[in-house]
Amino acid sequence: MPDPGRRAAQSAVGSGAREPLLAVRHLTTGFDHDGRFVPAVIDVGFDLRRGETLGLVGESGSGKSLTALSIMRLVEPPGRISGGSIRFDGRDLMSASEREMQQVRGSGIGLIFQEPMTALNPVFTIGSQIEETLRIHGRATRRSARQQAVDLLAAVSIPEPARRVRDYPHQLSGGLRQRALIAMALACEPSLVIADEPTTALDVTIQAQILDLLRELRQRMGLALLLITHDLGVVAEMADRVAVMYAGRIVEEAPVAELFADPKHPYTRGLMESIPGADSGRRLRAIQGTVPPPGQLPPGCAFEPRCPDRFEPCPAAQPADTRLPGGRRVKCYLHGPAAEPVEAAAARGER
Amino acid sequence: MALLEVRGLTKEFTRRQGLFQRPSIVRAVDGVTFAIDGGETFGLVGESGSGKTTTGRCILRLIEPSAGEVWFKGENVLTFARQRMRQARRDMQIVFQDPYSSLNPRMRVGDIVEEPLVIHRTGPRAGRRARVEELFRLVGLDPSQLARYPHQFSGGQRQRIGLARALALNPSFIIADEPVSALDVSVQAQVVNLLMELQERLKLTYLFIAHDLRLVRHICNRVAVMYLGRIVEMGETERLFESPAHPYTQALLSAIPVPDPAATRQRIVLDPASFDRDAALREIGTGHFAAV
Repeated sequence: MPDPGRRAAQSAVGSGAREPLLAVRHLTTGFDHDGRFVPAVIDVGFDLRRGETLGLVGESGSGKSLTALSIMRLVEPPGRISGGSIRFDGRDLMSASEREMQQVRGSGIGLIFQEPMTALNPVFTIGSQIEETLRIHGRATRRSARQQAVDLLAAVSIPEPARRVRDYPHQLSGGLRQRALIAMALACEPSLVIADEPTTALDVTIQAQILDLLRELRQRMGLALLLITHDLGVVAEMADRVAVMYAGRIVEEAPVAELFADPKHPYTRGLMESIPGADSGRRLRAIQGTVPPPGQLPPGCAFEPRCPDRFEPCPAAQPADTRLPGGRRVKCYLHGPAAEPVEAAAARGER
Repeated sequence: MALLEVRGLTKEFTRRQGLFQRPSIVRAVDGVTFAIDGGETFGLVGESGSGKTTTGRCILRLIEPSAGEVWFKGENVLTFARQRMRQARRDMQIVFQDPYSSLNPRMRVGDIVEEPLVIHRTGPRAGRRARVEELFRLVGLDPSQLARYPHQFSGGQRQRIGLARALALNPSFIIADEPVSALDVSVQAQVVNLLMELQERLKLTYLFIAHDLRLVRHICNRVAVMYLGRIVEMGETERLFESPAHPYTQALLSAIPVPDPAATRQRIVLDPASFDRDAALREIGTGHFAAV
């Protein structure tokens, strides 16, 4: 659990008003394909407060990783952000220059990828990669950088850090590589870390160690964490709040305990029932069909063709967010009014 | 009687570290012994490097084991000559993890499923085609899509195609090597259900190799836990999950993330010094073995 005292102290020092650390509004990102814009992240909005962990859950193609890349402004052509706003720590990232973004990446927002082998440069030692990060952001001089790199490796519990700092990525095991990557992400003391499937490539016992480490660092450094994963077990262990993505949209958002106790969206329910449990021998309650590819979304609710609870309004128009008590929201006609035009939804706002 | 019995299976690889260094020997599989009854689903679990995949391949002799015996329907297949082994493989099939790389992208899916029938000369073309259509329906695919290529199918559908190919020659035994771990959760459940359904309908016996312990608990009757090439614990699934006896099994089970935010869990960290690597498996309860 994040330390509440520390969290409160930090937000008081921060931007004064109770502005969230990260506020994403109406984010739409997609790809230009054959002269047509195909959205893969559609009207996504959420808040992340200091010290808080938001789990962003979805299957492949749901748009969760593209959401992260959009926040970091790392979407490359033919992909592009077509609209929305991203505010981080009082700054408007959407209008920030590339130079300002380079400052934000690393010293404001740290990024941890799924596959540390591709995120680390194979021809440099892990020490020199951490030192470079420190120097670029003016956090160290050539002289002090080595010691700081060793300290960082020690902070992520890499054994014999003074020796390991001279290792190349391929000389480390998968778990140690992921630790080195976390050390690099934390080098400039960011206030937000985006972790995209940080443990998916790892064995379960190593995954447990990395999750423990993230939890410990989060508390020690008062980090906010945007944790992107497909694993509901990881979310249940780590997150304060959860946003569930399907076919580019956040279809449900709720505090973690409430989401698991009472999932509102049929897709969230389906995901939970798909997890194999202790009911050995029984059939799993699978969700029928497959995720529609971007650009081929049905006109109404994107989940409608697979939904066991679909009824009359579902195929006609995309349902808007329905606010529910306890800081929850859901895009589903089972829980809310009829469809609203997009403009109305925007006016009513994500606020 | 056991359908498959593996005794003292061992696979050594030589690792050359440098031109002038003596090659070292790595035992990827080290004296593995277990038996699977007909109709059973037997789980082989472990982390990367535990030897579970190598064990599966050695049973089919896709990798030639260094020592041991593999008795299938009363015969030791490791003594079979090439031609005989090919015949035996009609009855022992494998489904691979990756539905993307295990299907030839340049072949039509109908031909992929028909290929084993052609290789084993099972009869005239018309009969084979009818069989392929039947297999497609069996795994929940539409026979009108026979002429398509693998890339036109989703991951879950490709895994169904791989399954249809494995079932083409009516095997009684299937090794499923991480058959759903490349798939999304919701699609995983569909394929798992299909595997269970086929088992009932076709009276199949499975060796289910997986790292996902939740999944193994769900579908396996019995489980063996591998660690560094050896089986360290084996028994009825529920008993093993409820009261794991080996320190490694305890650490492994305690590491599974629980999809319940209210759950309090005690994580057990493995201390390699806490157990004897060379301890032999011994029976600690009815049908429950542990190397402690």
